[in-house]
Amino acid sequence: MRIALFVTCVNDTLFPDTGRAVVRLLRRLGHDVEFPEAQTCCGQMHFNTGYRDQALPIAEGFARAFAGYDAVVAPSASCAAMVRDWHPKLAAERGGPRPAAAVADVAPRVFELSELLVDVLGVTDVGAYYPHRVTYHPTCHSLRMLRVGDRPLRLLRAVRGLDLVELPDAAECCGFGGTFALKNADVSAAMAADKVANVRGTGAGTLCAADNSCLMHLGGTLTRTGSDVRTVHLAEILASTEEDPA
Amino acid sequence: MTVPPPAPSAMPTYLGMPRFPDAAARAVADEGLRRNLAHATTTIRGRRAGAVAELDDWSALRESGKQIKDHVLANLGHYLRLLEERVTAAGGTVHWARDAAEANRIVTDLVRATGETEVVKVKSMATQEIGLNEALAEADITAHETDLAELIVQLGDDRPSHILVPAIHRNRADIRELFARTMPDAPPGLTDDPADLAEAARRHLRARFLAAKVAVSGANFAVADTGTLVVLESEGNGRMCLTLPETLISVMGIEKVVPSWRDLEVFLQLLPRSSTAERMNPYTSSWTGVTPGDGPSAFHLVLLDNGRTATLADDVGKQALRCIRCSACLNVCPVYQRAGGHAYGSPYPGPIGAILSPQIRGVGSPVDASLPFASSLCGACYDVCPVAIDIPEVLVHLRARAVEEGPRHPLERAAMAAAGWTLRSPARLALAQRAASAGRGAARRFRRLPGPLHAWTDTRDLPVPPRESFRAWWRRTGGGRTEEEA
Ligand code: SF4
Repeated sequence: MRIALFVTCVNDTLFPDTGRAVVRLLRRLGHDVEFPEAQTCCGQMHFNTGYRDQALPIAEGFARAFAGYDAVVAPSASCAAMVRDWHPKLAAERGGPRPAAAVADVAPRVFELSELLVDVLGVTDVGAYYPHRVTYHPTCHSLRMLRVGDRPLRLLRAVRGLDLVELPDAAECCGFGGTFALKNADVSAAMAADKVANVRGTGAGTLCAADNSCLMHLGGTLTRTGSDVRTVHLAEILASTEEDPA
Repeated sequence: MTVPPPAPSAMPTYLGMPRFPDAAARAVADEGLRRNLAHATTTIRGRRAGAVAELDDWSALRESGKQIKDHVLANLGHYLRLLEERVTAAGGTVHWARDAAEANRIVTDLVRATGETEVVKVKSMATQEIGLNEALAEADITAHETDLAELIVQLGDDRPSHILVPAIHRNRADIRELFARTMPDAPPGLTDDPADLAEAARRHLRARFLAAKVAVSGANFAVADTGTLVVLESEGNGRMCLTLPETLISVMGIEKVVPSWRDLEVFLQLLPRSSTAERMNPYTSSWTGVTPGDGPSAFHLVLLDNGRTATLADDVGKQALRCIRCSACLNVCPVYQRAGGHAYGSPYPGPIGAILSPQIRGVGSPVDASLPFASSLCGACYDVCPVAIDIPEVLVHLRARAVEEGPRHPLERAAMAAAGWTLRSPARLALAQRAASAGRGAARRFRRLPGPLHAWTDTRDLPVPPRESFRAWWRRTGGGRTEEEA
């Protein structure tokens, strides 16, 4: 099975540890993973901000970069949802028939990390060790676009040493929303403040999610308000072992 | 047939509204309002979830609701003509109004023809939309709202902020003060106990009901098959208005028609559970034309387009016309909960307003161009919508329209073009990443950034770029293999 990593532009540029964790985790599970260097981005920022003509070549470039793989794994629910749900519609609406067919071919083979592990590779216990108290924020696009359900929680529950505490109002949006965080900064910040209050209330030292963009927004709010709760991507917890802790 | 373009004057009483973010910022700063809204919406959404969970066929009902509405929208001309024919046959008169101005003119003329100068009103979104009360006032006709929350809004010379609970932004103390100040027949020593307030309103309204010769209503549904109009309500004021006066004028958006009573049955389950979390609403009134000796002797139905045909012409946007105005999407919306209803600059607040107003009015004004962006795209609205309107899909669709047809934002456009240029090429992205890493400095995070990014760092730190991007690491280490061996 040929697995390609779509690291996403945000992780590539700001959170390379998350990409490295996916590579380490999959190798530990006995799967090789390739990194097609032609990849860049899913085009979500352009698409969701209304710049469809800018998003289209990025989506078509994605399909070229990832053609021919059995599975593409993305450590971001939001980017996986962009590719799977939106690329085919975008390419059909604005692109030519040939690239649209290529886009439609690749899109269904793109998986968020927990989907790849649980559904494609069939594992929930990945042999991880993470001796910390963790709370998990299910990001909106993982929950309501990809519908990953409790897959991330099942993976986390199988991690040895990990004390998983429930986050109150977990399904509420954190307020990131891409350019929403800038265009509607006041509402976005108010949403982050409520989410962060719930996180702090759990007493967990680690906040985990499947999207670093949401974690960046929450982590930035946490450090600004003097909290020492760490934000850690799901991949990094799952990659962590006793010999090689995160 | 040519589709008239949407017009900013489609909601005449809401002209010149500020951009959503500016209006929302004021609401966010109002702690009391945020607390009230959070409390009210959290309570109702919890109850709605319970009412929905009771039915094991909710998703099938929801799918039926969606399909019936889609079928009607695809055959709207047919059902509207059928409705006209049946209403006429039952003794009613049907009027067609292209826009708000025409609808207001028709209603004003009808009221004038009765010689009356006062009308009682049943809560109605369509008449809020067209600004009917204001239009009547200009013709020296006084409209009295009879729904409790709508009355509170009217007495306070205020604007509604919620579809179902227009005065959701007011608390009990506010309302007591308002009644005492504006209601000549308010009892002395009125307290802010909800039962007391309701009783004061009831006495005040009773006099109006008994005196009224003309009533104006909206309609939740119209059954084409029989020419029957249907209003669902909780307080019974609607029933009074629909039965006591001599003349009844109903203003209804053209999308409210359903084919038959069998179809209505689906919505009589979907609507109350979604809006008030009730199995059944307390009052469902239906009427077919006129019946001698029973209820109004004259009935007029005003069918309102006001941008709906233009909306229908848009393949993605037209699903907004499935809306049954239940307000479930408002109650779950984290943005509505913090920004409040007034920020949406129309009688339609929340997620549905964000997709309806820019379609009915176009994206030319500052508020309409900003509404499609008034969402984090969290998708909670889509999940609760009883007719499965994919609101996030329509939002991003309208964002493209706002960018392509709305007011220009040269700075944003330039930034997006630059980002697009970088992201179309892995080599250019790598170059940008190297530049970012080189300029990272000693700090661990940015606390203050210049330009538009200050909107981020006003409340949030931003991580500094790492020493090495993932792509650079992969290159350098052969995907980590040389690192592992080292
Ligand atoms: S969009 Fe859906 S949830 Fe919102 S008011 Fe309309 S019917 Fe209800």
